[in-house]
Amino acid sequence: MKVAVCISHVPDTATRVKIGQDEKLIDPTGVVYIINPYDEFAVEEALKTKEKFGGEVIAISVGNENSKESIRKALAMGVDKGILLKTEKILDSFGIARALADEIKAQQCEIVFMGKQSVDYDDSIVGQITSELLGFSCISNVVDLKIEGQKLFAEREIEGGKEVVESETPAVITAQKGLNEPRYASLKGIMASKKKEILEKLIPDTENLTEVLRMRKPVAKQPGRIIGTDVSAVPELVRLLHEEAKVI
Amino acid sequence: MSNTVLAILEQRENKLKKVSFEVLSFSKNIASKISAEVIGVVFGSNIDNLNDIHKYGISRVIYYKCEDLANYSPSAYTDLVIEAATETKAEYFIFGDTALGKDLAPRVGARLNAGCIMDCMSVDLTGDSIVFTRPVYAGKALIDIEFKSDQKVVTIRPNIFKANVSEVSQELKVELKEVSNLNLKTRVIEYKKSEGKLDVAEADIIVSGGRGLKAPENFSLVENLADVLGAAVGASRAAVDAGWRPHREQVGQTGKTVSPTLYIACGISGAIQHLAGMSSSKYIVAINKDKDAPIFTVADYGVAGDVFEILPALTEEIKKAKA
Ligand SMILES: Cc1cc2nc3c(=O)[nH]c(=O)nc-3n(C[C@H](O)[C@H](O)[C@H](O)COP(=O)(O)OP(=O)(O)OC[C@H]3O[C@@H](n4cnc5c(N)ncnc54)[C@H](O)[C@@H]3O)c2cc1C
Ligand SMILES: Nc1ncnc2c1ncn2[C@@H]1O[C@H](COP(=O)(O)O)[C@@H](O)[C@H]1O
Repeated sequence: MKVAVCISHVPDTATRVKIGQDEKLIDPTGVVYIINPYDEFAVEEALKTKEKFGGEVIAISVGNENSKESIRKALAMGVDKGILLKTEKILDSFGIARALADEIKAQQCEIVFMGKQSVDYDDSIVGQITSELLGFSCISNVVDLKIEGQKLFAEREIEGGKEVVESETPAVITAQKGLNEPRYASLKGIMASKKKEILEKLIPDTENLTEVLRMRKPVAKQPGRIIGTDVSAVPELVRLLHEEAKVI
Repeated sequence: MSNTVLAILEQRENKLKKVSFEVLSFSKNIASKISAEVIGVVFGSNIDNLNDIHKYGISRVIYYKCEDLANYSPSAYTDLVIEAATETKAEYFIFGDTALGKDLAPRVGARLNAGCIMDCMSVDLTGDSIVFTRPVYAGKALIDIEFKSDQKVVTIRPNIFKANVSEVSQELKVELKEVSNLNLKTRVIEYKKSEGKLDVAEADIIVSGGRGLKAPENFSLVENLADVLGAAVGASRAAVDAGWRPHREQVGQTGKTVSPTLYIACGISGAIQHLAGMSSSKYIVAINKDKDAPIFTVADYGVAGDVFEILPALTEEIKKAKA
């Protein structure tokens, strides 16, 4: 089975966001970039799928030269081959999905793993859009997956519980935490990854369907007050919640 | 394109969710700007509170009524929203940013080649074009964003936009749709409700605990307070990673993003990834024995004391207040 895993290269979650000069993007100075945390679950599931059914796992990322770092990380975990779909433009999710769909089609992958969300723009949509462009099924936010022939059985996390979903391949699965425990890259894996190939392809220019006018910081909250340091503060706290905030 | 806004409503166990009424009000706002009509779209087999739609000033709803649509089916729901889109030539498609809305909205967008603006937190209708605001980097920044596409898909964050009751003179017209040959290729075959009560993503009040609780059994202090408040229990990642609490309760950048009316953080330091998930709560209370803990920078009210003393006292005091 030919398996694809899509990877985005994102600022570390501990990043303190500073708005860039153009007021549209963050200032990248000093920002550490990592493989999107949810994509590690996707890589793990892709590797497990290959271990079970044989075949090949290809990691695909849309981005610039820097994204190779995250592709390398996937290669070190055990992915066979990497593809960088190169662009210097800031694409919206549609542009990213289009590029991914074209490549997945060209590679004839039957099952595609993605993260449920990229922790930069937090859209949670690239998987679903890609599946529609390909005419694949899609199950998002998956915490448990079974593949039986053409059939897929997955559990997806929703408010107040889980949905058990039945579907078929070819499919896109987006991974939520809980799906598996991503393996660490072994030293051997890291060494081997240096020899693995990362193919580069330029992607054609596309028009974005949305446009960011401005990025800004949220209005900082007024610092609150510390009412006290022991139980004597409790009645006052309850009074404030009741009379001032009117929330209880 | 006609001047129509489709409000895609969500039901679970035959009840339209609260967020659906927020979607209606939001849709009315958009519609007023572009002189459009709002049409509701619902899926299900036997929705109890369908008539409530009327209270929010809506007089037309398309109802895809079928046993097979009682549970979510991504493939069937997508097809039917597209059918409604073709029939009404709608310009806007508004969903709640829920597990269902997040899954369905981008599929609809992809079919229509419509841009998607997810998790909208505010909208500015005063200018020439409509400008949406949504969080990025888990709320550490906001973007103002607009559409370039003809058709437009928006999801709104629950519990942010008010569901405003408004009068309409017309009766509610429910258009029942015959459905046949549903595409059920991808469908929910079972809903496993988690034991425990409210989900943090839907709760109006959340009481969360962190590593400061020291041990899993001490979460009973958090649960007791949650009980008297009718609140959901949340947790920091430290508490989840330690195996004290299930992941579904995790609040933060890699957990759930929540915007309750009241968030009470107990023994949580307020790491940036935690703040990312809860700082848009309307009121925040922090209980932490370290007065310099970063959680106090976002808290409206803080108690710089010991959770083991404060929590039982607070639970009692609220019980008294409610009696
Ligand atoms: C990729 C990534 C993603 C992450 N995602 C998330 C996320 O989604 N959600 C999340 O929460 N974290 C997340 N984190 C982890 C985050 O960085 C913190 O480690 C975590 O939030 C800390 O949890 P805590 O506040 O419970 O524990 P700690 O930071 O250990 O804080 C415990 C607090 O309890 C207080 N305390 C101790 N004893 C008492 C007492 N008796 N009474 C009162 N107070 C007491 C202490 O003063 C301290 O402030 C993420 C980290 C990474 C790297
Ligand atoms: N630039 C990208 N290159 C490859 N995959 C991506 C890219 N952006 C997003 N994805 C995939 O889509 C998932 C969801 O991202 P998003 O819809 O942006 O939140 C991510 O977890 C990745 O698997």
